[in-house]
Amino acid sequence: MSEEQIKNLEEQFEARIARDEKIEPKDWMPEKYRQTHIRQISQHAHSEIVGMLPEGNWITRAPSLRRKVALLAKVQDEAGHGLYLYSACETLGISRDVLYEQLHSGKAKYSSIFNYPTVTWADMGAIGWLVDGAAIINQVPLCSTSFGPYARAMVRVCKEESFHQRQGYEIMLKLCNGTPEQKEMAQDALNRWWWPSLMMLGPTDDASVHTEQSMKWKLKRKTNDELRQQFIDQTVPQADILGLTIPDPDLKWNEERGSYDFGEIDWDEFWQVVKGHGPCNKERMKARVGAWERGEWVRDAAMAYAEKQQERKEKQAV
Amino acid sequence: MKENLYQYILGIADNSLILGQRLGELCGHGPSLETDIACTNISLDLLGQVRNYYQYAAKIANDGRTEDDIAMLRNEREYLNVLLVEQPNTDFGYIIARQFLFDVYHLMFLNELQKSNDLTLSAIATKSIKEVSYHQRFSSDWIKRLGDGTEESRSRIQSAIDELWTYTDELFHLTEADEVMVSEGIGVDVTKLKEHYYKKVNDILEEATIQVPESKYFQKGGKKGIHTEHMGYILTDLQYMQRTYPNMEW
Ligand SMILES: [Fe+2]
Ligand SMILES: [Fe+2]
Ligand SMILES: [Fe+2]
Repeated sequence: MSEEQIKNLEEQFEARIARDEKIEPKDWMPEKYRQTHIRQISQHAHSEIVGMLPEGNWITRAPSLRRKVALLAKVQDEAGHGLYLYSACETLGISRDVLYEQLHSGKAKYSSIFNYPTVTWADMGAIGWLVDGAAIINQVPLCSTSFGPYARAMVRVCKEESFHQRQGYEIMLKLCNGTPEQKEMAQDALNRWWWPSLMMLGPTDDASVHTEQSMKWKLKRKTNDELRQQFIDQTVPQADILGLTIPDPDLKWNEERGSYDFGEIDWDEFWQVVKGHGPCNKERMKARVGAWERGEWVRDAAMAYAEKQQERKEKQAV
Repeated sequence: MKENLYQYILGIADNSLILGQRLGELCGHGPSLETDIACTNISLDLLGQVRNYYQYAAKIANDGRTEDDIAMLRNEREYLNVLLVEQPNTDFGYIIARQFLFDVYHLMFLNELQKSNDLTLSAIATKSIKEVSYHQRFSSDWIKRLGDGTEESRSRIQSAIDELWTYTDELFHLTEADEVMVSEGIGVDVTKLKEHYYKKVNDILEEATIQVPESKYFQKGGKKGIHTEHMGYILTDLQYMQRTYPNMEW
């Protein structure tokens, strides 16, 4: 293809996106579009899978049968999200094994929030409420992103994430209406998860590299700072209902802006965790890599069995 | 209180509770995303079923205890599950072998329990059968994959079956409460399931090219509350919150 032809194709491609048409896997797409989507969708898939670990940590210790069943179901949903997202990513011509490889080698990233430890039961509430809450804010705009398989996966994922958020909030509510000890547990969880949840919405706009291109492709519709503000404005009244205090002395309603002003985020901490030095980065990777390695003989067996079955079928056919 | 019925319900429920708890340990650590989801799903089914049983037990006990009090606040000697279900997740071979050896029993058991004179138990059985047939299909399929997969997988699943075999006989023991329940047409006479069980298990093992263990030495005790050394640790997790924060709602 000549340079001019490519330029032509690119123009048509951008025009389609501008008209809100969906791009499907078989359609022509610029290489950069493909790579950007592989990166973002796989990062999202990895986040779902790594995100199973901090919550999985409480399944055996959930305080009641009802909570245990609900937590199992939630973690299972996250595994399902990982599954659809890996499938969406595979339509771009990359295999799941390669994606895992990228996760395990540290080449691919996942959401930093999952590098924090879950130390009390209240963390199950705080994660559902705040982490799933922030995820929804990030993801609702993606339901109308330009790449068809990703947009469709997001519609399904977002529905379940809202359910998780309500469930998390309900755990918090129960704690806050419980004994002083329970309420303290809830406050402590909010104290620990608040700032990492704000960080989850990404670096401030001036430090964010991908924003402009991502806006054009509808991978992003609002900037990180806008999303963060939306999250704060939505969450503060919910904390009020719980009777919990947001751990930010600078948090104040700004009448003029119609939004909350808030304190400085510790971006050094953010970058430290992103670069692999958070409290649980090593454990999370060890758990994922360990599961993968321990599972190798199982995957090999399944493959060998499937091949034998295929051969038997072919022999029978002859 | 109908002591025998109460004990009988616990005997059924504790099996699923402890197995569900064991499977819950695996969540996020499976050999593939698909098997991870499947094991979580089985755990979810079992723990869902367990809630029906303990709610019923709480009604029978009628002493103010809730399903959670009964499930989570007994002492080790009061748990009546078979030893098989408390065995650890040594590797995926053990997980599948334990599941398979239990599922074949569980499905046969529920099929009989459906015929119970006790309408609550028969309704729970009917409700659970679909799920448990799925469990049995899942574990039998994996028995075949591992047995007839690679050399390594065959040797691993063979050792798991060999080791867990010793816990199968207990599935067919009758406790005193069981005997009374059988005589009243409420309980299942598990001794009558034994032959059919071993036939079914042996057929699937053979198909999977796994050798049927010949050992005639069996372990027992769980049904009388005498457990393996693993049990205390399972309960430590299971009971952690209820013991640390007594009398609270969650
Ligand atoms: Fe998710
Ligand atoms: Fe997500
Ligand atoms: Fe979620």
